[in-house]
Amino acid sequence: MIIHEYQAKELLRQLAVTVPGGQLAASPAEARQAALDLSSPVILKAQVLSGGRGKAGGILKARTAEEAEVLARSLLARRLVTAQSGPRGLVVRKILVEKALDLKREYYFGLAVDRGCDSLAAIVSRQGGLEIEELARSSPGLIKKIGFTPDEGLKLFQLRQLAYFLELEEVLIKDFIKHLQQLTRFFLDMDLKLLEINPLALTHDGRLVAVDARMEFDDCALVRHPELSSFEEENLENELERKARNFKLNYLKMDGQIGCLVNGAGLAMATMDIIQYFGGSPANFLDIGGGVTEEAVSQAFEILLSDSEVRVALVNIFGGIVRCDLVARGVVRAARKFSLSQPVVVRLEGTNVAEGRKILEESGLPFHFASSLEEAARLAVTLGGQKTWAS
Amino acid sequence: MGILIDDRSRVLVQGFTGREATFHSEKMLEYGTRLVAGVTPGKGGQVHLGLPVYNTVEAAVRDQAPEVSVIFVPPLAGAEAIMEAAEAGIKLIVCITEGIPVLDMLRAKAWLKKYGAALIGPNTPGVISPGKSKVGIMPGPIHRPGPVGLISRSGTLTYEAVHQLTSLGLGQSTAAGIGGDPVIGLKFVELLEMFKPDPQTEAVVLIGEIGGRAEEQAADYLKESKYPKPVLAYVAGLTAPPGKRLGHAGAIIEGGQGSARDKIRQLAEAGVTIIDNPAHIGRMTAEVLARK
Repeated sequence: MIIHEYQAKELLRQLAVTVPGGQLAASPAEARQAALDLSSPVILKAQVLSGGRGKAGGILKARTAEEAEVLARSLLARRLVTAQSGPRGLVVRKILVEKALDLKREYYFGLAVDRGCDSLAAIVSRQGGLEIEELARSSPGLIKKIGFTPDEGLKLFQLRQLAYFLELEEVLIKDFIKHLQQLTRFFLDMDLKLLEINPLALTHDGRLVAVDARMEFDDCALVRHPELSSFEEENLENELERKARNFKLNYLKMDGQIGCLVNGAGLAMATMDIIQYFGGSPANFLDIGGGVTEEAVSQAFEILLSDSEVRVALVNIFGGIVRCDLVARGVVRAARKFSLSQPVVVRLEGTNVAEGRKILEESGLPFHFASSLEEAARLAVTLGGQKTWAS
Repeated sequence: MGILIDDRSRVLVQGFTGREATFHSEKMLEYGTRLVAGVTPGKGGQVHLGLPVYNTVEAAVRDQAPEVSVIFVPPLAGAEAIMEAAEAGIKLIVCITEGIPVLDMLRAKAWLKKYGAALIGPNTPGVISPGKSKVGIMPGPIHRPGPVGLISRSGTLTYEAVHQLTSLGLGQSTAAGIGGDPVIGLKFVELLEMFKPDPQTEAVVLIGEIGGRAEEQAADYLKESKYPKPVLAYVAGLTAPPGKRLGHAGAIIEGGQGSARDKIRQLAEAGVTIIDNPAHIGRMTAEVLARK
């Protein structure tokens, strides 16, 4: 689970890490009031769950309260299209208004899971900010990474290595190390997968401030941290994704016309890939998972079809734990309820395939059957141009 | 031959009396897998599916000497189950459980190292050496014994690959799902190393996907080892959405790697035959074997 910047900063504040003074605004008037309270100039930061906000125009500076109001109006009125958001962009519901700071230097600090090394990693960089990924390629010497395990944690000497690598002034070293210890403990206690402060800035008056903060919690461990459930509620952006989450379905909206319902993430990705291979474009990623119920399959199919851009649906099931007959019943139930107009291509294989096929055939609904992945994908792409039931 | 498991492998089931474990243990027994015992704390002394149940892995190992354990326990108990098996001396642990927290898995990996145990998974369909032994949840009947070694990060996509191979009359020596989680046990490199001397295996098919570095590491290994058998690969996720990636840490650690395109490029450079259409896994493997 990824949380918003303002939420991450609230957590940092509780850990006694300095963050810029700020207020959350949900309307232009609130942004204006925040600018007055904080005294201008202020920075307006769109709160969306995506990286690349700055380059997308989601972070703006206002010199006066009036300007803050105008800029807030424009931010709240449009969807923010970032490098990661897809062309539809993300709705900006809230803006974090912060006091603009006079920065002397910008660093980078991150804690993350290092999949390649099966360890955790603490990363610092002498230069932070927007170009950190480019920097990692071009000037790796400016970056220091130390691996550590959850049980050992970071040793004091390792923390000193990180602090001195940043060439911090001696008066800041002790505080920096104390904060790192707290952040590492927080990371381990709360099951984070990522904690990033970028930039971690040194102000002209000699303070270290977390100017931006990102946190990702491990979804698998959320049950251990009920205190985080309020974030989860607050942060689901898309109504369909919210509905999918309620039924434990793994759904991601995309921009194509062929809606996919598949079991297993790998097969779901392969299904999207083969659709594109034959010249079509997938409308979504949807993995119904292994422990799915008939009700959840029905909901999944409804979610898929309620995307107005979907012109053809493709059901691709390779039954293992999931039984084909269960999926067939769920699909039929949703199709009846929806009285849908889009063609549906079905490819079933594996556990209880004969029973599943029978249920679909006896439903009287005009499904298009395919006997292989290739045939299913070709058929879906061909039918993508039609808007009514074809057979 | 094949790798990891064969018809002599003695297999223990952890979480034995649960619903999923019971269902899949029955299927494994039907397939001919030599299940020797199960573990469910609190149910020691009972008999389930005709097999003895123990409270601890330690006791099961003492009485029944299993070498392999297959784990079906709830996610938050998964890492402990792995640690328990490793500590009891089990040499190959297959963890089916999905949804084990990442930090738990990092802790479990430290135990594996300490006790010299190998892990397949978690979040895997398991391992099958067709005709000999099935340790996992994959549908047995789609498999045939034969010359193709299969290593996959995915579950159902593995079934798809196996189905294509079997439909063309190409059997498998061993098919192993290594699991789709961020932190897993054995990866492509270790299993490629095992397939290398296996006389039954004539070609190896890798099924990869976006994220992590396992495919890149496989490419490095294949290049350096001058691998003696043909290797094919399909990497899923060319069209996958970039995801709501917030931070830069992953990109810094991975140095810009991890996309399907990068993985495909590096595997191709290592001499791997790239399968660009997931419906052609069987067909292209047949072509490569015919050329040998």
